[in-house]
Amino acid sequence: MKIRIVLNGKPAVIDTDPTRRLLDILRNDYNLTGVKEGCGEGECGACSVLIDGRIANSCIVPAGAVEGSEIITIEGYRETARYRALRDAFEEAGAVQCGFCTPGFIMAAEALLRENANPGEDDIRRALSGNLCRCTGYSMIIDAVKIASAGGKELW
Amino acid sequence: MVTAYRPDCLHEALRIREETGAIPLAGGTDLMVAKKRRAGISTGFNEPVVFIGGLTELRAVSMDGMLRIGSAVTFADLLADSVIPDIFKNVFLEIASPAVRNRATIGGNVCNASPAGDTLPLLYALDASVVLERVDGKRILPIDEFITGPGETRLQKKEILIEIRLPPADLNTFFYRKIGTRRGYSCSKASFFGSARLMEGRLEEVRMALGSVAPTVVRTKEAEKRLMGKKDRDLEILVPEVVAIYEKIITPIDDQRSTACYRKNVSLRLIRHFLNEHVLPEMRRQTKQ
Repeated sequence: MKIRIVLNGKPAVIDTDPTRRLLDILRNDYNLTGVKEGCGEGECGACSVLIDGRIANSCIVPAGAVEGSEIITIEGYRETARYRALRDAFEEAGAVQCGFCTPGFIMAAEALLRENANPGEDDIRRALSGNLCRCTGYSMIIDAVKIASAGGKELW
Repeated sequence: MVTAYRPDCLHEALRIREETGAIPLAGGTDLMVAKKRRAGISTGFNEPVVFIGGLTELRAVSMDGMLRIGSAVTFADLLADSVIPDIFKNVFLEIASPAVRNRATIGGNVCNASPAGDTLPLLYALDASVVLERVDGKRILPIDEFITGPGETRLQKKEILIEIRLPPADLNTFFYRKIGTRRGYSCSKASFFGSARLMEGRLEEVRMALGSVAPTVVRTKEAEKRLMGKKDRDLEILVPEVVAIYEKIITPIDDQRSTACYRKNVSLRLIRHFLNEHVLPEMRRQTKQ
């Protein structure tokens, strides 16, 4: 089946089994390996991408369900000023240790900030509740989102 | 590779369903996990699949005497919809995570028919029914008749669940609790939805539904009837008797999430808590006025 998408700003036509996982297409067909596979069951958020501006777990999204959608991975997001604000904030807060979960957290933070530029701690915790980090204990990640939100007023 | 269909309208989807018996896939958040294989290998669907998540006919919410929710409306859309009562939103907000709520649909939660399905205690308590359409007609079933066991429903091979209907209900007290290991993602160990209509210190109507403690959601009108029409003192005396009815009919299991013993204990406590800590104080407040 042919599936038309816009991937990181560029139109693409994928001719593939529509029950394949979006995660496999991104990693194996497009070499977008910033999209990580953690649990493979939609429970850890390492494979988070934006589909039409909303956070999704690409490991449980079948290709056939994204026809006509705009998909942004960490590789596409990396080119933006918003990414740089989040990266700096994650560095400042010490929100990265092994780094495996980080692309997913960055995408989840973006999904939050584009809806709510001034989130409270509760909003941040809810928005990140679908992402697991086994290193940081989360506090630094929450701090990072607060720093990005405070410092990036004109960005979101 | 399995055959997959991406129809443009419901009629076409129904025709495909009738001709091929293809599995309807909306958000895929349950099906993709059930059919997953190793990384990089195609999912293990062994029947044709029909994608219905994009069908506009299944994505509407309306209120015209009854609340009608299209089967392919996602939880994120339900949470953002002004027609959906806050009582429902409290339930939907406890489902999985933002990423899952962006894709997962209410129809999927119903058809997956898990004993732990997060929407089911609410839908059972509010007397929901499901609309099942096929090429040559439709039928409507109450939710407790539609779901027959864990993962089992009366959905026929040629049918698609198109809508969930909720009749008007005159209730003024609500209580919902999902018991899980953590806030995000938890599949429930037990869940409880209770609601009541309290008028002038009298319990006019009560509805209680319990999830994750039997092959399907438990709701017993027999126990509810025992409580109806009661004033606070009579109700207080009846609580242990009613809890004993549930103790007999709930049959939880041990699994990786919890134990039968814990589930039974916590479920009975939830019933007691709802009646003693929510219903009774509100009745007494009304009596004092």
